[in-house]
Amino acid sequence: MAVKQISVFIQNKKGRLAKVSRLLADNNIYIRALSIADTQDFGILRLICEDVENVNSVLKEAGYLTTITDVLVAAVKDDAGALAIIAEALRDADVSIEYVYELATVDNIVYLVVRVDDNKVAAAALAGAGIKTVGEDVIFKL
Amino acid sequence: MSKYYQPEVETMSVEDIKALQSEKLVKQVKHVYENVKYYRDLMDEKGVTPDDIKSIDDLYKLPFLTKADLRDAYPYGLLGTDLKNCVRIQSTSGTTGRRVVAFYTQKDVDLWEECCARAIVAAGGTNGDVCQVAYGYGLFTGGPGLNGGSHKVGCLTLPMSSGNTERQIQFMQDLHSTIICCTPSYAAYIGETLKEMGLTPDDIDLKAGIFGAEPWTEEMRRDIEKSLGIKAYDIYGLTETSGPGVSFECEEQTGMHINEDHFLAEIIDPETGEVLPEGSKGELVFTSLDKEAFPLLRYRTRDICVLSRKKCSCGRTFIKMSKPMGRSDDMMIIRGVNVFPSQIETVLIKEGYSSNYLIEVDREHNTDTLDIYVELTPEQFSDTVKGISAREKSLAGAIKIMLGINPKVHLVAPKTITRSEGKAVRVVDKRKLHD
Ligand SMILES: [Zn+2]
Repeated sequence: MAVKQISVFIQNKKGRLAKVSRLLADNNIYIRALSIADTQDFGILRLICEDVENVNSVLKEAGYLTTITDVLVAAVKDDAGALAIIAEALRDADVSIEYVYELATVDNIVYLVVRVDDNKVAAAALAGAGIKTVGEDVIFKL
Repeated sequence: MSKYYQPEVETMSVEDIKALQSEKLVKQVKHVYENVKYYRDLMDEKGVTPDDIKSIDDLYKLPFLTKADLRDAYPYGLLGTDLKNCVRIQSTSGTTGRRVVAFYTQKDVDLWEECCARAIVAAGGTNGDVCQVAYGYGLFTGGPGLNGGSHKVGCLTLPMSSGNTERQIQFMQDLHSTIICCTPSYAAYIGETLKEMGLTPDDIDLKAGIFGAEPWTEEMRRDIEKSLGIKAYDIYGLTETSGPGVSFECEEQTGMHINEDHFLAEIIDPETGEVLPEGSKGELVFTSLDKEAFPLLRYRTRDICVLSRKKCSCGRTFIKMSKPMGRSDDMMIIRGVNVFPSQIETVLIKEGYSSNYLIEVDREHNTDTLDIYVELTPEQFSDTVKGISAREKSLAGAIKIMLGINPKVHLVAPKTITRSEGKAVRVVDKRKLHD
């Protein structure tokens, strides 16, 4: 069960993040979760929001480079070992993790966005380890 | 209409060309010696008199003129006639130092426009064509030169000047332009804009483009040809020698025919000044043969190229010059290696990147650094840092193979590198700030 994530290429310069955030706000786009990966030169802003296609066209129209990827959202009990059990389950299935970030923590359950190279294999591995993955129907109601 | 603008000269035998050049050279040298004190002093210094120049074989005896001479003599020092006989000036942008101002009599303007007319006809132009001139007008020679040439051919001329690209495309559609004249980087930009507007080459009637005033590569030519659905022709010239039209390409696209009835070309070793045999790579030197207001003898262009008298399938007999492989002043020496921006551009296009780029050269701890900024295309953007870094590394590797030195490649967002509507600024050499 994959969730659509939108990634935006941003130049690593002062004010660039403010500019894209303002654009999203002005278009009434609510960001459910975000993470930023950055290097000296550039950053990749990753967003989880509803109606990805609309968000994509807003960004594209403003001249941003974007790409939509399918990511998994794993729901585990919120304690010290949460990330470890996910990482171990994926390692054992030979799935490499590109990145992980937190989407939300609700009722003692932490929801983590996991980007892997193979969603199918990863979802099966997580299920095998007793870890639930949830879809958009769940995350936008949190 | 003929496939030549002036067949009687454009296809004359090589012996006749040389005889004509010799006859004109003798007169031009006399004209300069009598009217241009600056050059007369150079000749006197070298102990050469007009009587020593009996044919083109004596050309080597004359002193060179350089861009520095043109600056020293600014503005009137190289004027070959009374100002009251002059009707026009054109000027360089002056971005690389003091500007050069060239003067024209009415005859000079006519001959220049005829040279441009030959280029338009060589690109398939006739009086039935609609010629959109999107070079800058004004002091820059591009607009006025092609505009004049277009009139001489009898094309319906659209004096658009550069800029306002959507309007350019609108006129192109509404008035059915068949020929476009502009800088190659602007042509590439028009092609890009056409696509952005949701149009294809089928929506316009262009068949040919005449592009010059800045260096461009074969790859860029193919890109422009595809994006505009045209055949792209190169044209060459310098403000100093009149403007575009000193040489022009024919349908063979294997070099530019030099208008030898007006310009005498030599290739020299840029270090020693020695004249090199045909086929050698070296600095291009021009001698004007019938200029009145701004005659230049043995003017060093600083363009590096090759001349060839190989028979051309188009029937023109004028010698051909290769596309300049770089300008001696564009040439950068980075970590002891000669680097031309055109080499980097070739790699970018081959690797599927946009030809919009910026080269930054600097010095850190006494070592030269080479940073290349290139725009990412939407298809190239992947969600991971790893993916983009891998692209940067692979592009740097390809450039290293071409240049022999390792650059740092920075992929940047589209449209973040300033677009050019005139001449492109592609190199920033920060080392000069430290010297
Ligand atoms: Zn030819």
